[in-house]
Amino acid sequence: MTEGAEHAEHVHKDREAAKIGMWLFLFTEMLLFGGLFILYSAYRSRYPGDFHRGGQQLDYVIGVVNTLILLTSSLTMATSLTALAQRQRRRAVFLLTTTVLLGAVFLVNKSFEWSVKFHHGIYPSSPELLARPPGEILFFGLYFTMTGLHGLHVVAGIAVLSVMTFLVARGRITAEDPVKLVNAGLYWHLIDVIWIFLLPLFYLAA
Amino acid sequence: MTSDTAKAPSYLDKQGRGGILSWVLSVDHKRIALLYLATMLTMFCIAAFLGLLMRLEHLWMGGKLFGPRAYNAMFTLHGVIMIFTFVIPGLPAVFGNFMLPLMIGARDVSFPRLNLLSWYCFITGIVLAISSLFTGAGAPDTGWTFYVPYSLRSGTNVTIAVLAAFVLGLSSILTGLNFITTIHRLRAPGLTWQRLSLFVWGLYATAWVQVIVTPIVGITLLLITLERTFGIGVFDPTKGGDPLLYQHLFWMYSHPAVYIMILPAMGAVSEIIPTFARRTVFGYRAIAYSSIAIAALGSLVWAHHMFTSGMSEVANWVFSLLTFLVAIPSAIKVFNWVATLYKGSITMAPPMLFALSFIFLFSIGGLTGVMQGALALNIHLHDTYFIVGHFHYVMFGGTVFAFFAALLYWFPKMFGRMYSQRAVVVAWVHMFVGFNMLYFTMLILGYMGMPRRYYDHLPQFHTAHVIATIGSWPLVAGIGILLWTLARALRHGAPAPPNPWGGVTLEWHVPSPPPPENFETIPKIDGPTWTFGPGASR
Repeated sequence: MTEGAEHAEHVHKDREAAKIGMWLFLFTEMLLFGGLFILYSAYRSRYPGDFHRGGQQLDYVIGVVNTLILLTSSLTMATSLTALAQRQRRRAVFLLTTTVLLGAVFLVNKSFEWSVKFHHGIYPSSPELLARPPGEILFFGLYFTMTGLHGLHVVAGIAVLSVMTFLVARGRITAEDPVKLVNAGLYWHLIDVIWIFLLPLFYLAA
Repeated sequence: MTSDTAKAPSYLDKQGRGGILSWVLSVDHKRIALLYLATMLTMFCIAAFLGLLMRLEHLWMGGKLFGPRAYNAMFTLHGVIMIFTFVIPGLPAVFGNFMLPLMIGARDVSFPRLNLLSWYCFITGIVLAISSLFTGAGAPDTGWTFYVPYSLRSGTNVTIAVLAAFVLGLSSILTGLNFITTIHRLRAPGLTWQRLSLFVWGLYATAWVQVIVTPIVGITLLLITLERTFGIGVFDPTKGGDPLLYQHLFWMYSHPAVYIMILPAMGAVSEIIPTFARRTVFGYRAIAYSSIAIAALGSLVWAHHMFTSGMSEVANWVFSLLTFLVAIPSAIKVFNWVATLYKGSITMAPPMLFALSFIFLFSIGGLTGVMQGALALNIHLHDTYFIVGHFHYVMFGGTVFAFFAALLYWFPKMFGRMYSQRAVVVAWVHMFVGFNMLYFTMLILGYMGMPRRYYDHLPQFHTAHVIATIGSWPLVAGIGILLWTLARALRHGAPAPPNPWGGVTLEWHVPSPPPPENFETIPKIDGPTWTFGPGASR
């Protein structure tokens, strides 16, 4: 029965369970985007020319710059975990803050990009867009939906990481029990991975 | 409940300052299960009432009671409420929550707070669904499938109803995620996979389906919202979108959702039948693995809802074949249950009555499903009452009868009270007779050509419609008697012993009702938890 008692002790702090739960959650997030990727592939194979012309209208420079920003933020995220593991709390906080700021820069870029499109009269159901061939309407419909949903995830990620930064600064997340930060990091990397797919599908489609 | 000092502590005892807050803020899996039970039975009664009203409409020709609009809203809400708030989450959220930790020798699920959050998502979804009735331009009238392009054009409150379904889906995902983690992490020492009780296997397969397919419907329903608010065009044929793609994405979830409904029901029946036949279940592995097979195959048959929607011939053939295949693991289960009864010492207690009805009704539901898998016949039967009859045999005759079987089986454990078995048998007779009168008549009506979702009917269908409507009365009366009997038993029932039915699985080894922490010490398991007779562990 002593074994049983030990087992019960683990119930309240089962870090392995926290990781399993997080991976399952990430899996559902991927499937959420998966539905959109299915739509993208179906429509791209139906309207290849329109998707090509749609891609030409996106500025791939800003897309690539944003990719670099997001990749760098994933790097600072990962290094903050290493810093925490080496008990360099201040460095961990600094790296996390950098991650959050890079995420914010990504969003700012994104909003510039969107507002330029709005300025040109390209937004869902705009008269300008509706006058175009169906494939372009769908291209931009999917562009706004997918980058918008991705943007919402960045916002959520920033919120989560801000809380984590606070918790690390207060010593509530430590090298001994980093699972919260590990999970938040996994979420941030997922956001990064999804963007890695969005970049070629939209910006490099031309 | 009673203030007997000698009584063992129970999770039902007053905790802290008591009151409603000690329930709605509790992270105890047993209390959360009861929160779900109360909410779901309420929703079930509302939706059943809507169903009763729809049957009354067909007592006369010419739509005397309601106009077509009201009828459209009624079948939409009946479907949305029944499917999203009762049949899909029913068994996992109530009995899964209550029994899973007990059956695997754990004190709670892996994420108790997430579990409570799931219930709050559930409540939020229900509030949204109900508010769609009374706000905006009236109750949605699209049917529970929200098919485009009508769901984009309808002036009714589709957006809120769709969001409600999205939030309910989130609740379902979180529960599934919690259960998978719990089954992997919290099994008691020595409780290997082959020693798990079959209900746990059913929950495990269900949880995977929940986690894998629910996000797909989530994004699909979000797209309906975006389409209605911003007009992004992905499902709108005037902008180049393809409504058929909506149907694909919708059924990619909603067909597997049928297995979310039925797998835990099969799990519960696999518990009840051995207990009342006093025999070890026949073909344990076959039943356990067929759950996984159903979960896997069931995810690949969605397009059989679309044979008449204009898919390619090849796609029709492939999905027809896959549909036939999914009948195999279901039949494996049925044969194993029947084989368990063979030479058993059978007691016809109420849970057993409902479990046996499940086998009978589910078999009819399953076989009529196979009929529709045949392409030629499908064209004749599509969108008729045959479909309505078929899926009520599966969902009502299958899942809901199993839900009541499970409720009757575990009621003494959950509440520590016995109910009047005689009254429940009376309720069962009403339900069983009324059910078959109502839905078997629908099968015939559909075969004769009566289309579904019509508020009126032609004279040649009238007699059958009257028979079906009359059948709905004993059915509803039976449900009423059943719920009344159980409600009475809550207060006046005799105290239940820890193991009133002579079950063998772990939950029968703790007091009824269980103490707050479930087990004083976590049990060590040295054999299968599901075997009867000599050789059984403990």
